Amino acid sequence: MAYYPTRLKTRQTYSWVGKPLLDHELRYHTYKEMSVKIEGGLTEIHIQVGQFVLIEGDDDENPYVAKLVELFEDDSLPHSKKRARVQWFIRFCEVPVSKRHLLGRKPAAQEIFWYDYPACNSNISAETIIDHVQVVALGPDEVIPVDLKNEQTLFVKLSWNEKTFRPLSPELFAEFDQPQEGSPRCQKPVGAKTKGLGSPTWTTAEHVIKRIESRHSNSKSRRTPSHPVTPKAKKKLELSSFPRTPSTRISQQNSGALLDSPGRSKRKVAFSEITSPTKRSQPDGLHTSSPALKAPQKTGEIQSSCAKEDKKASPDCHRILRTRVPALKTTEISEERTLTPLRGGRKSSAVPSMVLKPENIKKRETEEPEAQDETTSTPHRIRRKNSLLTMNRIRQQLRFLGNSKSDQEDDEFLPAAEISDSGSEEEETSTPPLARRTSSRVSKNLCSSVKSSFQTPSQTPQKTPKPSTPRHATPQIRSRNLAAQEPASMLEEARLRLHVSAVPESLPCREQEFQNIYNFVESKLLDRSGGCMYMSGVPGTGKTATVREVVRCLQQAAQANHVPPFQYIEVNGMKLTEPHQVYVQILQKLTGQKATANHAAELLAKRFLTRRSSPETTVLLVDELDLLWTQKQDVMYNLFDWPTHREARLVVLTIANTMDLPERIMMNRVSSRLGLTRMSFQPYTHSQLQQILVCRLKHVKAFEDDAIQLVARKVAALSGDARRCLDICRRATEICEFSCQKPDSPGLVTVAHLLQAVDEMFSSSYITAIKNSSVLEQSFLRAILAEFRRSGLEEATFQQVYSQHVALCRMEGLPYPTMSETMAVCSHLGSCRLLLVEPSRNDLLLRVRLNVSQDDVLYALKD
Amino acid sequence: MFHGFQFVKMSSRKSKSNNLIHAEYLSQVQRILRERFCHQSPHSNLFGVQVQYKHLIELLKRTAIHGESNSVLIIGPRGSGKTMLINHALKELMEVEEVSENVLQVHLNGLLQINDKIALKEITRQLNLENVVGDKVFGSFAENLSFLLEALKRGDRSSSCPVIFILDEFDLFAHHKNQTLLYNLFDISQSAQTPLAVIGLTCRLCLTEDRSVREVLQKHFNVSKNLRSLHMLLMLALNRVTTSHPFVTAADLMEANQLCSMDSKANIVHGLSVLEICLIIAMKHLNDIYEEEPFNFQMVYNEFQKFVQRKAHSVYNFEKPVVMKAFEHLQQLELIRPMERTSVNTQREYQLMKLLLDNTQIMNALQKYPNCPTDVRQWATSSLSWL
Repeated sequence: MAYYPTRLKTRQTYSWVGKPLLDHELRYHTYKEMSVKIEGGLTEIHIQVGQFVLIEGDDDENPYVAKLVELFEDDSLPHSKKRARVQWFIRFCEVPVSKRHLLGRKPAAQEIFWYDYPACNSNISAETIIDHVQVVALGPDEVIPVDLKNEQTLFVKLSWNEKTFRPLSPELFAEFDQPQEGSPRCQKPVGAKTKGLGSPTWTTAEHVIKRIESRHSNSKSRRTPSHPVTPKAKKKLELSSFPRTPSTRISQQNSGALLDSPGRSKRKVAFSEITSPTKRSQPDGLHTSSPALKAPQKTGEIQSSCAKEDKKASPDCHRILRTRVPALKTTEISEERTLTPLRGGRKSSAVPSMVLKPENIKKRETEEPEAQDETTSTPHRIRRKNSLLTMNRIRQQLRFLGNSKSDQEDDEFLPAAEISDSGSEEEETSTPPLARRTSSRVSKNLCSSVKSSFQTPSQTPQKTPKPSTPRHATPQIRSRNLAAQEPASMLEEARLRLHVSAVPESLPCREQEFQNIYNFVESKLLDRSGGCMYMSGVPGTGKTATVREVVRCLQQAAQANHVPPFQYIEVNGMKLTEPHQVYVQILQKLTGQKATANHAAELLAKRFLTRRSSPETTVLLVDELDLLWTQKQDVMYNLFDWPTHREARLVVLTIANTMDLPERIMMNRVSSRLGLTRMSFQPYTHSQLQQILVCRLKHVKAFEDDAIQLVARKVAALSGDARRCLDICRRATEICEFSCQKPDSPGLVTVAHLLQAVDEMFSSSYITAIKNSSVLEQSFLRAILAEFRRSGLEEATFQQVYSQHVALCRMEGLPYPTMSETMAVCSHLGSCRLLLVEPSRNDLLLRVRLNVSQDDVLYALKD
Repeated sequence: MFHGFQFVKMSSRKSKSNNLIHAEYLSQVQRILRERFCHQSPHSNLFGVQVQYKHLIELLKRTAIHGESNSVLIIGPRGSGKTMLINHALKELMEVEEVSENVLQVHLNGLLQINDKIALKEITRQLNLENVVGDKVFGSFAENLSFLLEALKRGDRSSSCPVIFILDEFDLFAHHKNQTLLYNLFDISQSAQTPLAVIGLTCRLCLTEDRSVREVLQKHFNVSKNLRSLHMLLMLALNRVTTSHPFVTAADLMEANQLCSMDSKANIVHGLSVLEICLIIAMKHLNDIYEEEPFNFQMVYNEFQKFVQRKAHSVYNFEKPVVMKAFEHLQQLELIRPMERTSVNTQREYQLMKLLLDNTQIMNALQKYPNCPTDVRQWATSSLSWL
């Protein structure tokens, strides 16, 4: 946690509130409520079963969201005895990148998804819980309110089961509908359900806001009685605290302020036990655990000692939630009756007992509705006394620890407490008369909170320093003004298809390799294990294309549910400025986070070496592996070491050109981790090249058959590089077009055109250059050859060559050039790299070598 | 190629036909021609490279209009018109409206962008991407790279604006570490991303050490002779045109050519003293005798002494320090050169030297040397002639 200094400053204390209830299996004590206290602080957050909570996650700007199903104490674990069972929600950013397109639209900023994935562990350490959060369920037709003032509200519209996004099932909706304490229920049941309930349909965002605001007031009224500070102080605090509220979600930069506290690993330890029925029969559970204390919010370090167990699939987490609901319902109702006017326990259709006095309203407007609850809910007083005592004790202890808590820090967490219980808006939908009666209050609260959110920009201090690069700059080349023309003629069409960038429908001639890689990755996916594979081959033999094709097929298979879902990441050694940047790229593609290379390496190591919440396999393609070589080879080491850990579930596919790369450049400990799963891509044979060309040119008759065969044979004889082959064909179409002056019917590309292209491509540039060089340059080259022959060496000084040159000129009766001219010629040839010469300050003594074979020079000079 | 030359004659004839040989006209003509020779004239026609020109235009047009990625390497010796070719092509393209609307240009020079970091910043600046504020580009190298790649990756063939990269001194880019920039440019041009036309200009013929660059279409544009030296030659000839001598004649050109091809060292030798000439001759003999082995001052002095003793009547015997002085003067003129760096330990007399003049140069220089004593000339032709 060393990366988050703000979190280090505070320590959180988690304590149970209320009496433990013995689980009916006599194994656990279960609780209804938990309080989270921040060291030295005044705030205390109460988290009750049934509420929606934020849970420490990898990304502290976007902590995990879950619904608290159960709180219990597990003595069997050495650390973190406080456990919680949750139903997870998933944010869009947690959805694997490869699956995001399945949503089919842009997710709203505050949209989350019901995580319907039984394999996911729902048992976590209670100490990873950060805060409450408000979650609102929306029907499939409802629009997610965009301009919501309270940005901490999250919306559920769909469920995600690692394969598809689905609308929330009616049962799920019903669960949201349950009047659980502190949990929001969906305001608007879907379709027929709405009618069945007979509640007005709330379709617009406005209404949602209203509901939220009313709930706000509600929660405030419920929370405040426990607040120990004087009203005056309170007022100040809350005013300054308010701006925090809307600071999250939309601009992620600011969200750190509130979400400082999330830890970085979502710990989920599986417990197969389900909630105890005893607990359900305790309607008064919440009374004992009323929000008596404003507990300091946890911002401390992760309880890193949290024991990690093997993930067990707990397929019945779904059921747990449902079975628990009735108990919670009753709890909530009973409490609501006593506590709040708004919570009219809609199931029992109880009418709130309190009528607000004018001064109460006023007080609430100033965010200080303390007195209100004191007047309304007498049972709270007793509790409050107790809680004040505990609160003081805790505070003393925390002060003793020497970490004085400033008011400002306190402020930050108030809004969190404010939204802590998220179960209020249901009353309005279900009991319209009540809503009407309280409408004046609602509107006032609306005003106040709107006002407060307007204050936000000015009052929220910018916590994150402004990064040097504008963070939201969208990298994009401007789009063209005029539309690109489509190919008009057959040749142009062919040229388009022959371009290396064109993606062919299939990959001919690599079936065997495809099958091998597919089997390898598929088996790893099915086994839920990891592994490495090394692929080698000269350029243009289809390595990367084959791997991509494999991944594409596997993704399709995953969608069809044949293999487990996986996440695919691709990095290329050539696209990195230096090897360690690979960590940054992988991290960014995995989680979207940005970090420095070292930090990214640590985050990745943590991610791969410790158990994760999402057991998804990651498939990593590392292209141009040899570029990741470093002196210590730590990058390669890490890449090959991670897959060997069982938790990592990482499949690494590496690609490089040379077959013996592991033996040649890697240390033993690195190459041993790479393993022996090797595959080498042989250069294409002429028939394969021909097949590739035919495949690309399907339905486009632009080439003579003989021409295709010719180019395939020519290229196969030289390199077997498919790219080269395509380039030559493309060039041939150009020549064909060029030579045929009639633009309308250019005709087929013939053998002659292809021969010309091949000549162009393969002819030595040196020979062309020598043939085109000046007379003096040519005779100087002759002199060099003569001098080499005389001395028998492949090197001569300029002086020797010059005397040979003079002698040659005399023999042919030509005027011989002066030394200066010859020197100019020599340096000119040197700059073309026909000769390799020393720096010319050596003058006569500079040594000259040919950069071409003597035979080539002789051949070029023959004419 | 002789366009400029013909123009000289034409304009001269014109002035003659008017029978008014005005110094004013002449100087004006001279000025215009000088401008043309000195500056890369943008309006000069293309000679000998029309085919390549047409081809290049076609390629660029296809990139601009169809969004097809292409890469071209223009190879040719210095002064063969590579830059002129591409400038011409771009100028013509920009006159076509559907091209100029659609194309972004990025000009890089290997001599200016000496590493990928600078090159990236320059590209980002020229493309005017979003992380550019004013003229400055922010962010680290890695950030810039990923930003630019991201930007180029976003595009596709049909919708995004093609970018023409012109890399002058292309070979220097190939020397950058890992060739990151080149690899990525070619990688993008070979995948279905933003259409790119990468045009490299180089005088190096071979880039075989580059694996990524091998895929470049190689096109060779060779103009055998250097236009710039021709311009230089014509400049010299032009300068001789005066009112009294209004035409550029063949003799003028010959003279200019002689000036151009003058051996610079021979000219130095003409200005040497007799003693220094004698020392050079002594060195020449030593070279002949010891077959190009290095010599020191003492050896040269002994050789000189032998000659002086035989011909004592005609050659004055200088003191050793005087000879030493002359020897050092030759070293300053870089006609001789020490084999190693001058070290404090070795005495100057025994430091090994090499002669930087060829035998033919010495003999040629002696023939033209004014007032050369006959004995010295004889001695130069043969080391044994005094016997």
